[in-house]
Amino acid sequence: MSQKLLLSTEDLHIILFRLACQLKETHGDFAQTLLVGLQPRGVRLAERLLHILRHEYKVANAQLCKLDITFFRDDFRRGDKVLSANDNSMEVGVEGKRIVLIDDVLFTGRSIRAALTAIDSYGRPKEIQLLTLIDRRFSRHLPIQPDYCGRQVDAIQNEHVIVCWQEEDNEDAVYLVNK
Amino acid sequence: MSELSVKHLLGIKYLTEKDIHLIFETAAQFKEVINRPIKKVPSLRDITIANLFFENSTRTKLSFELAQKRLSADVINFAASMSSLKKGETLIDTVNNILSMKVDMVVIRHESAGAASFLAQHVDAAIINAGDGAHEHPTQALLDAFSIQDKLGAVAGKKVAIIGDILHSRVALSNIFALQKLGAEVCVCGPSTLIPKHISSLGVAVETDVTKALQWCDVANVLRVQFERMSASYFPSNREYAAFYGITKPMLEKLDKEIVIMHPGPINRGVELSSEVVDSNQAIILDQVENGVAVRMAVLYLLASKK
Repeated sequence: MSQKLLLSTEDLHIILFRLACQLKETHGDFAQTLLVGLQPRGVRLAERLLHILRHEYKVANAQLCKLDITFFRDDFRRGDKVLSANDNSMEVGVEGKRIVLIDDVLFTGRSIRAALTAIDSYGRPKEIQLLTLIDRRFSRHLPIQPDYCGRQVDAIQNEHVIVCWQEEDNEDAVYLVNK
Repeated sequence: MSELSVKHLLGIKYLTEKDIHLIFETAAQFKEVINRPIKKVPSLRDITIANLFFENSTRTKLSFELAQKRLSADVINFAASMSSLKKGETLIDTVNNILSMKVDMVVIRHESAGAASFLAQHVDAAIINAGDGAHEHPTQALLDAFSIQDKLGAVAGKKVAIIGDILHSRVALSNIFALQKLGAEVCVCGPSTLIPKHISSLGVAVETDVTKALQWCDVANVLRVQFERMSASYFPSNREYAAFYGITKPMLEKLDKEIVIMHPGPINRGVELSSEVVDSNQAIILDQVENGVAVRMAVLYLLASKK
């Protein structure tokens, strides 16, 4: 197993500020906008962006929800493992809102398709956008593209992108791992 | 990632404590699902489930059917009263005929104890026992224990009294297994004619004085008197049963703590519980019904993930 550093701590922080900046540019005061982090790995990214928006750009209105897509996945009964669910916290209604789905890595696009269906069960949003930290651009199974993207990566099938966060993994960094 | 240790849900006896906790964790997620504006997920969309009810049921059947539909499964229903059983077909033949129509799971209620286990040995589908005679009713026990956990935070360390007709009750046996596996203390209470002879060998306390049982417990799970299963007179009259074993508001007010009242339904109002108690805040009977759908969704989901 070999690993290559894709984004250092500094690179990652610059990208987080840029993404937050782009969100602020598009969504202004966030009065009609809701950030939705995908469980489990997208939530950490969403929390970081929320922190920057609130503390650096003084967007007091910015709100974050967590969405779990387990029951909407299309690979139930097709893999070897049981799909275990995580908590949802979608107390804030999505009806008429501008939603920004947030996930760490965009790979096949199947999780995002599941998330689009899952969001529907909470109401009809006005608009849904997609933000991902890493876009593995040549591995898509579905016609799904991010609206905001941290870094595009060309990786082959047996390579994995690992996003590490200080809170869980003791450093902020992104690695490409060859298994 | 965790999965159930069993392929069928035949009884609580065959589950581990870990299995029960996994079902509860999954049920908590489904409880959130059924409170969304759109209460449906596509998980079981390629699964067909047959509900075989050889014995009457309202609540359990509706609850299972709703759980299946909320998971997007295809459902076929079968009621014994309108079937070829009347023409002399055997249980295995009936079920095999239904399975030939490509059914993946079977939910069965039958008046004979062991019917679900028998089927599990002879047919190739996941079997869920929805009540077999006076043996087990596992999903009811799971939803009862889940409701206790929901209300009191945990089942471990709690004292639960099961009060009423223990002799004819499959709910009592499944509840005893589930509660003990989760670390609760269990006591059964009822007229001595309605308590099975060797029940203390299961490690439960036996009490014939309902006031003492109520004073002891944190939760009273009150069972229905099953008139339809009684082949002899176990007590002189309904009125006498109500006088000695019926739980009333003044009895609960005399206790030095507020206990939780549960009932698996259907209730004989004025017999085992007074109307005032049924409608009070202490009763979580309707919460049990809501939790029932979530718990059954969890059981179906977890069993379906085992191919």
